[in-house]
Amino acid sequence: MKEKYLEIHQLGKSFDTPLGPSRVVAGFDLTLREGEFVSVIGHSGCGKSTVLSMIAGLTRSSEGTMILAGKELVEAGPDRGVVFQAPCLLAWLSALDNVRLGVDQVYPGQSRAERNEIAARHLRQVGLGDSLHKRPAELSLGMRQRVGLARAFALSPRMLLLDEPFGMLDSLTRIELQDVLLELWAHDSKTALMVTHDVDEAVFLSDRVVMMTSGPEAHVGEILEVPFPRPRDRHALMDSPEFYELRERLVSFLENQGQHAPAPPDRAPRSAARPGRSSGFFSANPPG
Amino acid sequence: MSDLSDVPILALHDVSKSFGTTRVLSGVSLQISPGEVVAIVGFSGAGKSTLIALLAGLERPDQGRVTFRGRELRAPGPERGVVFQNYSLLPWLTASENVSLAVEQVFAHRPKAEQRAQVERFIQMVGLEHASARKPGQLSGGMRQRVALARALAADPEVLLMDEPLSALDALTRGTLQDSLERIARESGKTIVLVTNDVDEAILLADRILPLSAGPAATLGPEFRVNIPRPRERRALSSVPEFRHLRSSIVDYLLGSKRERRASDAATQPS
Repeated sequence: MKEKYLEIHQLGKSFDTPLGPSRVVAGFDLTLREGEFVSVIGHSGCGKSTVLSMIAGLTRSSEGTMILAGKELVEAGPDRGVVFQAPCLLAWLSALDNVRLGVDQVYPGQSRAERNEIAARHLRQVGLGDSLHKRPAELSLGMRQRVGLARAFALSPRMLLLDEPFGMLDSLTRIELQDVLLELWAHDSKTALMVTHDVDEAVFLSDRVVMMTSGPEAHVGEILEVPFPRPRDRHALMDSPEFYELRERLVSFLENQGQHAPAPPDRAPRSAARPGRSSGFFSANPPG
Repeated sequence: MSDLSDVPILALHDVSKSFGTTRVLSGVSLQISPGEVVAIVGFSGAGKSTLIALLAGLERPDQGRVTFRGRELRAPGPERGVVFQNYSLLPWLTASENVSLAVEQVFAHRPKAEQRAQVERFIQMVGLEHASARKPGQLSGGMRQRVALARALAADPEVLLMDEPLSALDALTRGTLQDSLERIARESGKTIVLVTNDVDEAILLADRILPLSAGPAATLGPEFRVNIPRPRERRALSSVPEFRHLRSSIVDYLLGSKRERRASDAATQPS
């Protein structure tokens, strides 16, 4: 177990605009232990997905360094498995072939049967043992995202990067998939960094939750330690005041950040923000 | 509130419904008392919308009966207002005109001035005074759903049926609309049937929550009563032990029904 598995130092990203460069992310520092599960929360547009995308090597950073397992990260590679909000499956391939596409790349030395088995095993682990040969169109949205999770784990990457992996799902399917992810993770504790806007999800899944300030020049604001032992019991946690205390800290942070950022026009009609009634700027409910 | 009246305003009696060879609902019974807010919570695709369509009279059951004040229900009617997830507004009419359309239908015999006042009152209730002259294309999703809600309420239905009214909205907008719905439910005193996949939303709004088991052949599970006093403050709910307990119990029930469904599917499917 390495204490410093992923090291991010003074990471920054600027975009050129007609008014000069805009520093979206600046001075972002974070270190992950090996096997740690860390979530990043922040307001929409604060730059959290940009950070994830830079770590994945899909967006070039403007400043700073990133080191994974002692190696500097320069470009995208199979050592980092990425799960996006949309599973991005190939429509003409079965679930098995979609997973095998990556497996074939990562394990070229293995036999076809062995590669098949790696893909099938991971699909069984996400509860899709009966649907190996179904195509994406025959699968529900939740099942497709299960394929996305199986695909990421099947490549046995050094770490997992999850960008709002359950953002497209309804709140119940979302909870179901969180359990699937935890189960996969229990078998194979990957170091994981997940972007989410769901405070329940962040607390339930993570060892630590990183709260990002609102941009521009977004960086790490606060870090919340989640001390609950694993494996986690959803029922007990959802029933316990401690869970809600942690959740409340995330909500308060986001509310305070919200006051500094300009409110998106017409998002919240005036009547809903009337003083004296619920002041909820940010939903404390699990979205989705 | 069920002790206020003996005759349910709306009821399903052992109702089943299939589409093609797929049995969507199986043996569903439900009784809704006047003034009650009932939430039906279930997974996407479980048959929640079918349930609302049956209550609205948009679909007929294959078996069993749907009754309104004890009489068999055969068609949609203005005493049952429906709010859909996709708003269903006319794009060439302003917010006010969309609401007005419903008011003109239902209150055709009333003077024009009274009709206009009715429209204004409900545009105001949903907080859209500043946007009443805009067309749906110029409104955000949350504002469109406010128009749809105003339209349904302005027709003064006896029952308001809401089919995932907030599911298409982002978390922030959903939160503020949940607050509005909580207030409107209280102020209007309407009988409301709300279908949702959001357990927190159900607890915030309902007197009674009925989980719909995972489909196909979905059926209603044990009822959960919500005794949290009103007005309910969304942000403060998590400090209420009853909220926490309901939340974990309802989620448990629903996830359990899904696991059972998957297990029985796996057992019957040749592999």
